[in-house]
Amino acid sequence: MTAIGDVKRRRIDELAARAGQVPEGEGGVSLTRSAFRRLRRDPVAIAGAVIVVVFLLVAAFAPWLAPRDPLAQTLLSEIRPGYIPGSREGFPLGVDNLGRDVLSRLIVGSRQSLLIGVVSTLLGAVVGMAIGVLAGALGGWVDSVVMRFVDILLSIPGLLMAISISVLLGQNQYSLVIAIAVTQVPVFARLLRGSMLSQRNSDYALAARALGVRRGRIVFGHVLPNSLSPVIVQATLSLATAIIEAAALSFLGLGDPDLGRPEWGAMLANAQQFLGVRPELAIYPALCIIVVALGFTLLGESLREALDPKFRR
Amino acid sequence: MSIEALPAGEAARADGPVLQVDDLSVTFTRRGEAPTRAVDGVSFAVDAGETVGLVGESGCGKSVTSLAVMGLLPRRGVRVGGSVRFGGVELVGAPDRTLRDLRGADMAMVFQDPLSSLNPVVPIGTQVTEVLLEHRDVSRGEAADEATRLLDRVGIPDPGRRLKEYPHQLSGGMRQRALIAMALACSPRLLIADEPTTALDVTIQAQILELLRELVVDTGTALVMITHDLGVVAGLCDRVHVMYAGRIIESADRHDLFARPRHPYTGGLLASVPRLDGARGAPLTPIRGSARDTIPWAEGCAFAPRCDHAQDDCLTEVSGSTVPLEHDGPARELRCRHPLRRPPSATGATASGAAR
Amino acid sequence: MSAAEPLLRVEGLQVHFPIKRGLFVDRTVGHVRAVDGVDLAIDRGTTYGLVGESGCGKSTLGRAVLRLVEPTAGKVVFDGTDVASLSGEPLRAVRRRMQMVFQDPLGSLDPRQNVESLLSEPLRAHGLGGGREGIAAKIRGLLDAVGLPSAALRRYPHEFSGGQRQRIGIARAISLEPDLLIADEPVSALDVSVQAQVVNLLEELQQRLDLTYLVIAHDLAVVRHISDVVGVMYLGSLVEQAPSDALYDEPLHPYTRSLMSAVPVPDPEVEERRERILLAGDLPSPANPPSGCRFHTRCPWRQETRCDTEAPPLRELAPGRWVSCHWAEDIRDGVLRPKSPEEVAATQGVSVRASGAVNPETDALVQGVDTPVERR
Repeated sequence: MTAIGDVKRRRIDELAARAGQVPEGEGGVSLTRSAFRRLRRDPVAIAGAVIVVVFLLVAAFAPWLAPRDPLAQTLLSEIRPGYIPGSREGFPLGVDNLGRDVLSRLIVGSRQSLLIGVVSTLLGAVVGMAIGVLAGALGGWVDSVVMRFVDILLSIPGLLMAISISVLLGQNQYSLVIAIAVTQVPVFARLLRGSMLSQRNSDYALAARALGVRRGRIVFGHVLPNSLSPVIVQATLSLATAIIEAAALSFLGLGDPDLGRPEWGAMLANAQQFLGVRPELAIYPALCIIVVALGFTLLGESLREALDPKFRR
Repeated sequence: MSIEALPAGEAARADGPVLQVDDLSVTFTRRGEAPTRAVDGVSFAVDAGETVGLVGESGCGKSVTSLAVMGLLPRRGVRVGGSVRFGGVELVGAPDRTLRDLRGADMAMVFQDPLSSLNPVVPIGTQVTEVLLEHRDVSRGEAADEATRLLDRVGIPDPGRRLKEYPHQLSGGMRQRALIAMALACSPRLLIADEPTTALDVTIQAQILELLRELVVDTGTALVMITHDLGVVAGLCDRVHVMYAGRIIESADRHDLFARPRHPYTGGLLASVPRLDGARGAPLTPIRGSARDTIPWAEGCAFAPRCDHAQDDCLTEVSGSTVPLEHDGPARELRCRHPLRRPPSATGATASGAAR
Repeated sequence: MSAAEPLLRVEGLQVHFPIKRGLFVDRTVGHVRAVDGVDLAIDRGTTYGLVGESGCGKSTLGRAVLRLVEPTAGKVVFDGTDVASLSGEPLRAVRRRMQMVFQDPLGSLDPRQNVESLLSEPLRAHGLGGGREGIAAKIRGLLDAVGLPSAALRRYPHEFSGGQRQRIGIARAISLEPDLLIADEPVSALDVSVQAQVVNLLEELQQRLDLTYLVIAHDLAVVRHISDVVGVMYLGSLVEQAPSDALYDEPLHPYTRSLMSAVPVPDPEVEERRERILLAGDLPSPANPPSGCRFHTRCPWRQETRCDTEAPPLRELAPGRWVSCHWAEDIRDGVLRPKSPEEVAATQGVSVRASGAVNPETDALVQGVDTPVERR
């Protein structure tokens, strides 16, 4: 046998040795990591992420990005009933009826809108998940009582409830956050509880019991982490609704009374009086709301796909 | 059970096989990933009154083959090559309309999971009569009568009442019978059964296999049986094609295959299943590794990494060519360069002789 | 404890699942008798095979032994302790000595744990292994025992093939050095070519670790291959129990006979020769089991007397050969001849049909019996 023959002989031996072995190459890819890999390859996810990141960056650096003071009134001399000047040198998106730079207001306003959306979703998710874990982990009568309560909350239309709560709590930005958070709570509670119940009946939970693993460790170490994917997806999608709801409440005049803080919903409400004169004033904040909500929705949908066990390979 | 004696079978045989599959290939393409070839150059033929088995483990391409024959693969992301001729009509690339007219009427399929193959919100009777109304020129009343006859024929007791019931009200075995009744509604010339008994218990499996056996004899239908169970094949199929990694690796008549398996994979499968009638305590000889341990056919025999008989020339880089499917004695074909030796004829009459 | 005392003794075990229905408050409208009075004993170092078709209650029995489902009545005596009466810490301690291998190797492994975490968890839960290094050494030993390389440690269940996952499941089950291993359909989810690997591994481990097995499976050939004693279950009760070889050489109960004649053998010669006993109809609902002998609705040997009215006890026909049939001797000696399924169906009239017709829910229940989950 020549040397080259030996090499080839070794090759088939190698192949034979490989059979039944763990595949070579990099391994140890957890589900979360492989989900992220899929996400990175998904153009929809990338589009959503880019939108979200751009808006978050704008919000973070708003004071430095805004070309002008969002409260400073300029060009007042040109504004008269039935006329608001359009875009021009130094004012790319024009000014509003009080002569304030629209671009600067949009940029600074992103802070308020995003902040309310994020904080209220976080609050709603945390409270909702706590309730869900309680019901899902304890089961029995606790589950029945808690879930009937959640069902009642769920049966009230979200916006209606948010309006009532923010009216009740008085007009400030905290009541706005709480109002939106409350509407999110039942969604997260139900979702996590349902997910935990189905995971609790899964084979691996049974296997852990058979191994003598303690109940607390099964619930918090196995069942809960495996129940989180739908919650994460829902949180991303909820951010979009929360931002829209925040804007809607501001639009209805239930938002932050501090006029010193521009906000997209309030801008939209203000602009509607001048729809006939300068429709752009309404279009700009509306577009901002739509695009940022779209960004979160795209991200949420592709997250759902990436985390779905059906797509695992 | 002489099938040749049937006049129906004789007549059809004169026109050539009912189904002729030539060099069928199916490639799945997904955006951003290398295309995967699930079926690779598969050829076989089925005569009227004949039962042909496609055997292999999960992922060997046997189910994809059947879906390709029925034209049931999605158009997007799938490339089908080669030729599938049904009664002389080419099906690959045929318009949807042609396929739709053939499916249900001339060729029918029975799936593994009878519950998900039946519409849960429509009574069984409606689902059977629908097929009849679609493909045959009958009135509603006639269709209902015919449906009752069909259910009765597949062994469903009290068929008149069963027609009004919904799939979830039937047991697994009854559902599979109902599916077979639907498949038989228009007396198809070809029936493809894809693991029809895998989801059923053995006693029910025996009932269904008996039913299929009777159908082939009575009607001269050509039956393609897709299964992973060598026992089912041994009792039912006339001709057997063993598939591995998308290709046929061995074809033979039933008796020949079980008595003298030639491909190490076929032999390994037979040696690795415990037999109810074998001597107890006889050690099992498993095939090492799993179906994931394959190499692409272009690089050599896909089974080589798991094969005890593999030698250098099983690899393309050594032999200079891929392993071909070659003639291997009368009515046999084999894709292997180092097949199992034929056992001494007299003693090795049964498959246990192949258990190295 | 004498050496003759079996490791596991099950006495009169019953597991009934309530069928609940109701708009606001669930009312119990009946019971599914998944396991209905089973006695069996498993000697140390032997393998007991439990066979039966889906819905016969064999999986429920296995889970009841481990107290993964609560027995309704009866005793499970493991090494002298009645497991059915334990709770809390003592139960956890007994569970260490009885372990389970599941059917679905992927489903029974937490997808978020890597192999190292999967294998160390039971050791930590029981405070075994002796610290970080002791556990690490122990895990390497376990992987070695089931034939997996140590490179597997950092990987997750989804990165393995089915057979490899089942090896991980087995490694985890033996990590606590149990005395009894309950294997519920250990190979039925695996590819044919891989099943033999796992069967051989189980046999090898039994030899090396002196394990006692309760193997639950629907595949008679597999059970026959690895078991010393085989029990056949039908509708929640044992109908026959015998040493493996004796059972397969000469099955005594009509159900065992038809079950064995239904198993396809991969040999055309045998397939053509053998006698086939086809059964009429389907499994009756365990919520409403037939009177008398539970098999009488499908039995090809059913007689006009006793079968319909009198439940046959499990009696010892020959040493070690237990059977619950009134006519076992006559059937064995060929005095009675089997009837065809059509005849059986005719004599049984309506009752032979699938139970679904009478009660839409029952069929779902029959299928769900092996997996007792909350029904709402």
